[in-house]
Amino acid sequence: MENRKFFHSVYLDTDKCLGCTTCLRNCPTGAIRVRGGKAKIIQSKCIDCGECIRICPHHAKKARTDSLKCIKDYPYRVAIPAPTLIGQFGLKYSIDRILSALKSLGFDEVVEVAYGAEIVGRAIPAEYGRDNLLLPVISSACPAVSKLIQVRFPELTGNISTLKSPMGVTARLARKRIEKEKGLAQKDIGIFFITPCAAKATEVKDPDNWDDAYDVINGAISIKDIYGALRSVLRTVDEKNIQKASSMGFGWALSGGESRFVQNRQLIHVDGISNVIRILDEIENGNLEDIEFFEGLACIGGCVGGCLTVENSFVARMVIEERAKQVKSHGKDVMLEDVVIKKWLDEERLHRRHPLQPRVFKPLDDDFQKSLDKMQQIEILESRLPGLDCGSCGAPGCRALAEDIVTGHAREIDCVFVLKDRVLELSKLTSEMLQMGHPMESDGTDKEKE
Amino acid sequence: MNYKVNFEVEKDDFEKAGEASRKIKKTLKQLGVDNKTIRHIAIAGYEGEMNLAIHSDGGEIILEVSSEKINLTIQDVGPGIPDLDLAMTEGYSTASDKVREMGFGAGMGLPNMEKNADFFEIHSKVGKGTKIQMSFNLK
Ligand SMILES: Nc1ncnc2c1ncn2[C@@H]1O[C@H](COP(=O)(O)OP(=O)(O)O)[C@@H](O)[C@H]1O
Ligand code: SF4
Ligand SMILES: [Mg+2]
Repeated sequence: MENRKFFHSVYLDTDKCLGCTTCLRNCPTGAIRVRGGKAKIIQSKCIDCGECIRICPHHAKKARTDSLKCIKDYPYRVAIPAPTLIGQFGLKYSIDRILSALKSLGFDEVVEVAYGAEIVGRAIPAEYGRDNLLLPVISSACPAVSKLIQVRFPELTGNISTLKSPMGVTARLARKRIEKEKGLAQKDIGIFFITPCAAKATEVKDPDNWDDAYDVINGAISIKDIYGALRSVLRTVDEKNIQKASSMGFGWALSGGESRFVQNRQLIHVDGISNVIRILDEIENGNLEDIEFFEGLACIGGCVGGCLTVENSFVARMVIEERAKQVKSHGKDVMLEDVVIKKWLDEERLHRRHPLQPRVFKPLDDDFQKSLDKMQQIEILESRLPGLDCGSCGAPGCRALAEDIVTGHAREIDCVFVLKDRVLELSKLTSEMLQMGHPMESDGTDKEKE
Repeated sequence: MNYKVNFEVEKDDFEKAGEASRKIKKTLKQLGVDNKTIRHIAIAGYEGEMNLAIHSDGGEIILEVSSEKINLTIQDVGPGIPDLDLAMTEGYSTASDKVREMGFGAGMGLPNMEKNADFFEIHSKVGKGTKIQMSFNLK
């Protein structure tokens, strides 16, 4: 179905999948089919948003991330936690305590991604001065949303901010500094992102990524996987002074956090993948021309709602908001100086390697004329299907089944209703034939009973 | 024309409004139409669909595709437009306050349709209805 390989961290644990079709109907890009009693992910359509991980009642959808053991391969180990991490534990544990607990799991250093988030946030205004500016500028923070745009809104890829992700910036700056300070070789420094989601794990692990996260980050460890270990040391760990990030930086974990860096411009921020789709539709329709910035995050509440987090996203939001207040009232909320941001911008250290390109899709057929014929067939087929979008056929809806049939990936009798009709026809025919075959023995008085 | 499909749009059905243009977009992507052309059609189609929901007594959108061009026809059963020149003026709108509160009624719909289409023609008769025909060239 596709002409190139896509790297995905989301995968199916076949043994656990019961083929129940729950994920099928909740996939925002229609990337799942159930075939032969098991779910299948269409690689070219998957955006690693993690909706299926969240929704699968049998926990058969998972994300490929690294285990804590992987860090042993590197002499010098650095953890770069997503800002979301500090929302996972109650307010009785300070930010420094949480970061110290993380460090105690085997890291030499902890550098907050919230630090990189502030840098990226502060650089956003410069985006408005770039060549080929398209409005609204769409945040590049959530990789699931960037992929959604590549897949479903290809015309909008040019609107996506060209700035690096906070984790990319954090990792690159840390790497440079450590190399210099400790006199270490690149290969001896292992930087691990502590991830709230599958989408970011994919960003770290995909060598083809438009960011350079793959080059500077060595692995992604899920918050879920180390949550227990962190909990068990939180109380007893020796608390060190680690926190450097400002509240604006760690506020990035919340929907609207990034937008706070965009001043005096009309903007929209939404969370939840279906809400994001709605707004992107409007932008594509040319309906939101006055909007200058759009922050869309795939998860409810923002990254605090990531599919690899533990704490309820609403609780996590409250915790992070409270922490911001505390940091401010303790006079510890120090922001970076303007000159620093300007210097990094001037040195071109904050931009992606190349602009994001739309994902090229194979049309129904390479021959446009045949494409049209097939589309007409889809239309006819769809009109013959019941229109219930029940998912029993293994496709996310009747239209999708019609498309699958025409492209040779399914059969009309995969629809249980079509099948039932056919079976009924067949049984009528059979009974008729039986009567025909034995005219002498006919006692079929109740044969026509429905 | 080799592929044809139509979508009904009901009067005042704001919940469903936008669905037809969404489906049109998806269809054109699957056919392999280039992104720029799709964008033009998306904008024109959406404006047309909204006008049916806001201003008309109900109507339909017809999409026809051949290898040379794409036709988009938007027609309704009334009430018709009394002064076409005025309606085509940028910023002119008869939308109610209620509709404006919902974010529509900037008076740019018809002008934007004309701008985005390679061919645009509008006919209207009060009491009978309005018919807009647009074409978009492929390559
Ligand atoms: N299908 C229609 N039926 C009746 N009147 C229409 C129709 N389409 C447009 N109009 C009239 O033309 C005006 C301008 O339309 P348009 O440029 O789309 O602006 P808007 O929809 O924002 O009012 C409308 O306010 C309305 O009076
Ligand atoms: S909103 Fe945040 S946690 Fe959710 S997919 Fe996007 S980047 Fe990941
Ligand atoms: Mg209008």
